[in-house]
Amino acid sequence: MKTILITLTILFTGALSYSQNKNAKASIEVDGVCMMCKKRIEKASLKTKGVKYASWNVDTHELKLIFDENKTSLNLIASNVTDVGHDTQSFIASKEAYESLDPCCKYRDEAVVEDHK
Amino acid sequence: MEQNSKNVRVPLPGANVFWLNTNVGAMTSDDGSFKLPYDIAYKKLIISYIGFRTDTLLIETPKSIFHVLETSDDLGEVTISTRKKSTATSYLSSQNITTISSTELLKAACCNLSESFETNPSIDVNFTDAISGTKQIKMLGLTSPYILITTENIPSIRGASQAYGLSFIPGTWVESIQITKGAGSVVNGFESIAGQINAELVKPSTDNRVFVNAYGSLNGRTELNTHFNTQISDKWSTGLYLHADNRSQKFDRNNDSFLDMPLINQINVMNRWQYTNLQKGLISFLNMRYVKDEKQAGQLSFDPKTDRLSNTVWGSEINTRRFEVSGKFGYVNPDIPYQSLGLQIAYSDHEQASYFGLNVYDIRHKSMYSSLVYNSIISDTRHKIKTGLNVTYDQYNELVNSLIYDRKERSVGGFFEYNFDNLDNVNLTAGIRLDHHNLLGTFLTPRLHARYTPWEKSALRVSFSRGIRAANIFTENQKLFATSRQINVQSSGGSIYGLDPEIAWNYGVSLSQGFNMFGRKADFTLDYYTTNFENQVVVDYENPYEVNFYNLKGESYANSFQAEFSLNLMNYLNFKTAYKFYDVKTQYESGILNKPLTSQHRYFANLSYESYSEKGDGVWKFDATFNWLGKQRFSSTEISPQAYQLSKYSPSISTLNLQVTKVFSEVFEIYLGAENITNVTQKSPILSSENPFGSNFDTTFVYGPIFGSTYYTGLRYKLN
Repeated sequence: MKTILITLTILFTGALSYSQNKNAKASIEVDGVCMMCKKRIEKASLKTKGVKYASWNVDTHELKLIFDENKTSLNLIASNVTDVGHDTQSFIASKEAYESLDPCCKYRDEAVVEDHK
Repeated sequence: MEQNSKNVRVPLPGANVFWLNTNVGAMTSDDGSFKLPYDIAYKKLIISYIGFRTDTLLIETPKSIFHVLETSDDLGEVTISTRKKSTATSYLSSQNITTISSTELLKAACCNLSESFETNPSIDVNFTDAISGTKQIKMLGLTSPYILITTENIPSIRGASQAYGLSFIPGTWVESIQITKGAGSVVNGFESIAGQINAELVKPSTDNRVFVNAYGSLNGRTELNTHFNTQISDKWSTGLYLHADNRSQKFDRNNDSFLDMPLINQINVMNRWQYTNLQKGLISFLNMRYVKDEKQAGQLSFDPKTDRLSNTVWGSEINTRRFEVSGKFGYVNPDIPYQSLGLQIAYSDHEQASYFGLNVYDIRHKSMYSSLVYNSIISDTRHKIKTGLNVTYDQYNELVNSLIYDRKERSVGGFFEYNFDNLDNVNLTAGIRLDHHNLLGTFLTPRLHARYTPWEKSALRVSFSRGIRAANIFTENQKLFATSRQINVQSSGGSIYGLDPEIAWNYGVSLSQGFNMFGRKADFTLDYYTTNFENQVVVDYENPYEVNFYNLKGESYANSFQAEFSLNLMNYLNFKTAYKFYDVKTQYESGILNKPLTSQHRYFANLSYESYSEKGDGVWKFDATFNWLGKQRFSSTEISPQAYQLSKYSPSISTLNLQVTKVFSEVFEIYLGAENITNVTQKSPILSSENPFGSNFDTTFVYGPIFGSTYYTGLRYKLN
């Protein structure tokens, strides 16, 4: 049964390789420290057209995403998250964006990070 | 002390020094010194000053300390540490939901769901009559039939279990309770009108491995609750829950020849199986329950063996057996976490055999409920949807004296609910369902709840909803059997006892605001709800020799206003107070009148204190609840002989309950409480008690406590 499924999947993936995945899953690292950061990161992700699901883990800094590859890309999502002030594994937030964060969200500050531990 | 740029230490006046998690603190004086009392319970000393890094010192023994603070470059974030409140209203949800946690439930140490609300101002608890000891709940001025009561979202207190069902859910089985004002979600059906109460039960995987609760009260009631939970494999766990309560001692403190409280005997057994497989996203529950409940009420000398249906000694027996089985199956797509599917199936068989003096009432109710819910999103998780189907079946067989009433109800319905959350200040839930019911017809049920946060720590909510239900006139009004009243059902040719379905609209607004008062957390909530009946089955007690049921002709409404305020007075000392105003009026045949035995004004206050201990042992908990009820209208007794006439209104009444709990360790605790400590009673709750077979005998004019003060004690033993 399993082999059939795998075969079918491969066949389908082959057939559909031109069309892109509507429920693409990805996870990227995003820097942040608190629940306010979580809200901001997830909101910025979801406001990117094509993103269906975004969940950021405050401990692991992992942002789990589900999005439609036809409408958006991981880079676009990451850059939108960076725009609201959070560094991602691919982009660094601008000084202005970082400065606009609430004092408790200043993740580049060791003391703030330490306080959240 | 501070180390300045030249590395010279200078005194730092005005720094805050305090013990962690206490109010014990001081400010440093001009020379930077301070003195603080010490207690072995205190472990961590906090020193803070604006512009400096806050330091925490571990102090093992009392000694003098010398400490240097480091400067910090920016202002530190204020760390807010709070204790979770035992009763909390969400600021985020679109519905007005209050969650009562198990901590709060412990404040009413006894004994079952009907008594769990005594420390909650949104729900009123009162006796339905002077003989059965049954407590009835009300919300927004409407009695429990207008509230959808579910256990784990399966409708449970309905139909035949409406009158006594709350007493069949032992308090220790309840993990938490959610109270929704306004009709609630369409997912749970079309029946709710005033609100929804959901009880989450303890779960085999999270409940204590062994739990024992024993309770004894001077009013003769003893109770035993035991829970045993086992993990069978990494996916399966099971729990066995036993409850027994008993009162075999007779009391007649008011010397009216009637028992002040019935003799009771209840055995209640539940077995739960839980399956959890997180990799595959599966979770399911299988529950089985059997309850046997026996009550004996009436005159002291009544012996059911010889005096059953006697016309010289008045007595009553209410014997109930109920069996239920339910299953829940949930699947969450592990790849797509916002997609899930849930299936619930429940079956119950409820049988009650009873008599009240010469009135006989038997009911058997078999019920099947099923619900399938699919959760997903539209475009992204800010737009969530729920859709699904319900199929229900109810079979009622009733015997009312010599009359037989049989009926079958079948319904099938589909629902769709949309939730929008902008992840900030707006949350909206809009639902609609379409049902086809063999007796109620085909109808739409719209419901809307919205929350808007205009500014910080606030929530403004609005809701409107429609509800429809078939009134089970006898089982919901069983107290009428304990009277000499003649029962008249004024048939209009309708489909349920010749009467029409009850239809009502409910509208509400609510504002919650959290703020700081004297540096302490406080919040207030203002609620206004109104329920308008399009049709209602009016229960008319206005003729003292009759009880009449008829379809509403004219208007019937229930307006309720509630103002609630709670304040954290100091660490671990909380105060909650509420005022409620009810305006509940119905068009009776004799005119538009206030609903009988519903006070217009109610005041509530609760003070609770919990001493602090890091490990949670040696903690003391104190709890005091005060209730004041304004005058309540008695239904008219004008045409009765002088001796059986009551005044128009009852006196106002206030009661005070106290409870102390001593937690010895995580394993063991003892509690002691006093109910109605000021010994307030209604002097003669039974009308014509000296002649129970006379035409004026009536046990329904109950506005206050019958028994007076009583004391109880109990213990809890938990093993993990």
